Amino acid sequence: MYSLQLLEGEREQILASVQEVISKSSKNREDLIPVLQKVQAKLGYLPALAMEKISEGLNIPAADVYGLATFYNQFRLNPPGKHQVKVCLGTACYMVGGDITLESFERRMKIKEGETSADRLYSLERVACVGCCTLAPVVVVNEEVEGKVTPTRVDGIMLTFEESDKEKVSEPEMQKGEEH
Amino acid sequence: MNSMNPLDIYQRMADEAKSREEAKTEKTRILVGTATCGVAAGALKVRDEFVKGIEKKGLDAEVIEVGCMGHCYAEPMAVIAKPGFPPMCYGKLDDGLVNRLVEDYLAGDDPCYEYALAALERNDVFPTFEDFPRGVHEEKLILGQCGYIDAGDINSFLARDGYSALAKALEDEPLAVLNEVKAANLRGRGGAGFPAGDKWEACLSSSENEKYVICNADEGDPGAFMDRSILESDPHLVIEGMVLCAYAIGAQKGYLYIRAEYPRAVRHVQQAIDQARQMGLLGNAILGTKFNFDLEVFQGSGAFVCGEATALVNSMEGKMGLPESRPPRLAQKGYRGKPTILNNVKTFAYVPLIIRNGADWFKSIGTPDSPGTAVFSLVGKVVNTGLVEVPMGTTLRQLIYEVGDGLPNAKEFKAVQIGGPSGGCLPESALDVPIDFDSLHDAGAIMGSGGLVVMDQDDCMVAVARYFLEFTQHESCGKCTFCRLGTKHMLDILTDITDGKGTMESLTLLEELAEDVRDGSLCNLGRTAPNPVLTTLKYFRDEYRAHIEEGRCPALVCRDLILYYIKPPKCSKLCNVCVGSCPTEAIFTREDGLKEIDQEKCVKCDNCLKACPPEYNAIVKLSPPVLPKEKEGAVK
Ligand SMILES: Cc1cc2nc3c(=O)[nH]c(=O)nc-3n(C[C@H](O)[C@H](O)[C@H](O)COP(=O)(O)O)c2cc1C
Ligand code: SF4
Ligand code: SF4
Ligand code: FES
Repeated sequence: MYSLQLLEGEREQILASVQEVISKSSKNREDLIPVLQKVQAKLGYLPALAMEKISEGLNIPAADVYGLATFYNQFRLNPPGKHQVKVCLGTACYMVGGDITLESFERRMKIKEGETSADRLYSLERVACVGCCTLAPVVVVNEEVEGKVTPTRVDGIMLTFEESDKEKVSEPEMQKGEEH
Repeated sequence: MNSMNPLDIYQRMADEAKSREEAKTEKTRILVGTATCGVAAGALKVRDEFVKGIEKKGLDAEVIEVGCMGHCYAEPMAVIAKPGFPPMCYGKLDDGLVNRLVEDYLAGDDPCYEYALAALERNDVFPTFEDFPRGVHEEKLILGQCGYIDAGDINSFLARDGYSALAKALEDEPLAVLNEVKAANLRGRGGAGFPAGDKWEACLSSSENEKYVICNADEGDPGAFMDRSILESDPHLVIEGMVLCAYAIGAQKGYLYIRAEYPRAVRHVQQAIDQARQMGLLGNAILGTKFNFDLEVFQGSGAFVCGEATALVNSMEGKMGLPESRPPRLAQKGYRGKPTILNNVKTFAYVPLIIRNGADWFKSIGTPDSPGTAVFSLVGKVVNTGLVEVPMGTTLRQLIYEVGDGLPNAKEFKAVQIGGPSGGCLPESALDVPIDFDSLHDAGAIMGSGGLVVMDQDDCMVAVARYFLEFTQHESCGKCTFCRLGTKHMLDILTDITDGKGTMESLTLLEELAEDVRDGSLCNLGRTAPNPVLTTLKYFRDEYRAHIEEGRCPALVCRDLILYYIKPPKCSKLCNVCVGSCPTEAIFTREDGLKEIDQEKCVKCDNCLKACPPEYNAIVKLSPPVLPKEKEGAVK
């Protein structure tokens, strides 16, 4: 399976976040989805380690936790990139070329939808309708909805990403971790 | 006797809200539409620009954020209500326009009519929304206040008789609420049109003490956004409806199941719940009575099947959202095994209006068997996209051509997809079908939740059918074999056809499979999944044949059946726009200066076609993908 390595300090952060969320939960089965949502809100995704700890903490088999996390579209098993792009492929967006927009991003980011680039700079997802169909095709860029995104606009968006990265001197070196 | 009955308590509250709201009208107010659609179109920048302008000029004016008026085609929008002038609505705002309005209208006295969309009240100078065809057909009941009131301030709702239905109901027996809803023949707006009163009655007759009321705001249909819009724009209306339902059936706890993709709706509803609780309209001893009922938001995690009633309850219980066979119905055995009422957002929103105005009023709108209005999100190839509310019985033609103002760019109408993935695609000949639960069903579509997508000559019906199958196949929970494997097989056949590899035999198989999946699935996801296929086969069989027999996509959509071609006589030679636009460097300059596409490299991204300046318009798509004879290339 496609997976990324944990960064330095990430392990500790995962453990602490899960601990904090679980300590505030009532530890009922009904809490499982809200717990997953809260952990994802803190970490940006659900690392395997977090799911293991949630399973222990709520006393629910790990397979169930993993089953839920993969059943629901909201949960992501990959870390979000620094620049997150979600392309809408709802009916209205699809009809006016949403898939072409998605492909343009795939080409420019050099990843497929559902993936995060190895340097964690970009992540790309598809979503089914964000409720702004009148502005189709729609793309959500770092939580902000952008309407009428043509392939040329894709280039523009990528350019702003690149510009904003250039401003920082240099990214900290990626830390090599264990495959999980 | 207690001197403070619910009506008295309510009246005091409403009076105070009214005087507060009235005080606000003494100064200029700018209402900026900041629902999700507005924000996406740039409403927050518009808001900031107004605030900046007002501060700079030191004006006494207030900027208020409101929801969506439904005129999404004109976002970002704002209403300016200045004392002494009729409130005016402006659309397609940008910084320049905002500055102009601040300068000329807020600081000066020129309402800049040339930029106005419509006035909100009758006056002698400017038409109102009701004067346009859209306004003539529209009858806004549950959208009535969307975009006009401040969703973040309960007083805004109270000042317009909000919660008066609740106060009135609490004076009477719970049974009176049920009787009114039954008499109104309110049919559920979540898709199937099941009578709400009957459902409530089944729940009421249960002897269990613990009961639940749940609002289904999962809105998984791609292309539909009315539930989101209502929750963002007028959350208290839905809350009031839920409290009335709880009172009628004797529930003490309720939930709004809102999909997580709608963060703004979640926020607005949460805020509204808190305010209602503070005012004693939710929680313990509502309006001083013995009636207790509280609400909570549950965030759905984004699985289309979770909109289905039993799957939704399973997911709330922390399980996978798998549907279950019924009976028992939720009304008998639902959330936590207790009697539960699950209704759609819109269904609840009608309830306060029915209690306030009576069942006869409701029945006077719409058709005898489908009373009331229908709310649609009108999207796709239509000029005036947005949210519309028309009486049941309005025809699709009126909706598309009058309310929506027809198709843009002089394109020809091809089909309208109604009811989302479980609905169907209807052709021109079906446009005179009146919109109501039963007529649409007879035509092969369904009302569904109200997504309405208009398609024109540039849309390929086979690709559309394939799109919906891909959606349902992906969203199938996998419990039934037919739904899991049948839709997969159907998708494979459709993919083959769009790839130019279809056969007439596989088309027959597709039809057989469609019937099997329809008959053999447990829940309505599987049972309705074949609808887009069956309706397109019924009405657009020609297009399937063109793909299969001629390797041609008449709408020039299916990528394996088209190619991009630069028409030599049209190419300007000097303009290099297409070359720069091509992501794969497929376009090169020939020796004679003309541009040409290397078909091996072309990924059919459409960039060059969009980039080529309209005065040349040199790039065309061809289907079947056969290059014209070389000699054409020599034409100057
Ligand atoms: C696959 C599937 C998805 C559904 N999604 C929704 C939805 O998003 N919202 C909704 O209100 N009803 C949805 N429904 C219908 C619900 O099961 C249920 O009938 C409805 O919420 C009842 O409310 P109503 O009686 O007010 O229409 C869905 C049904 C199916 C089979
Ligand atoms: S019909 Fe499909 S979605 Fe519905 S229960 Fe069966 S497998 Fe699941
Ligand atoms: S369709 Fe796209 S890939 Fe093909 S030539 Fe045009 S720009 Fe290049
Ligand atoms: S289809 Fe893309 S926002 Fe609705």
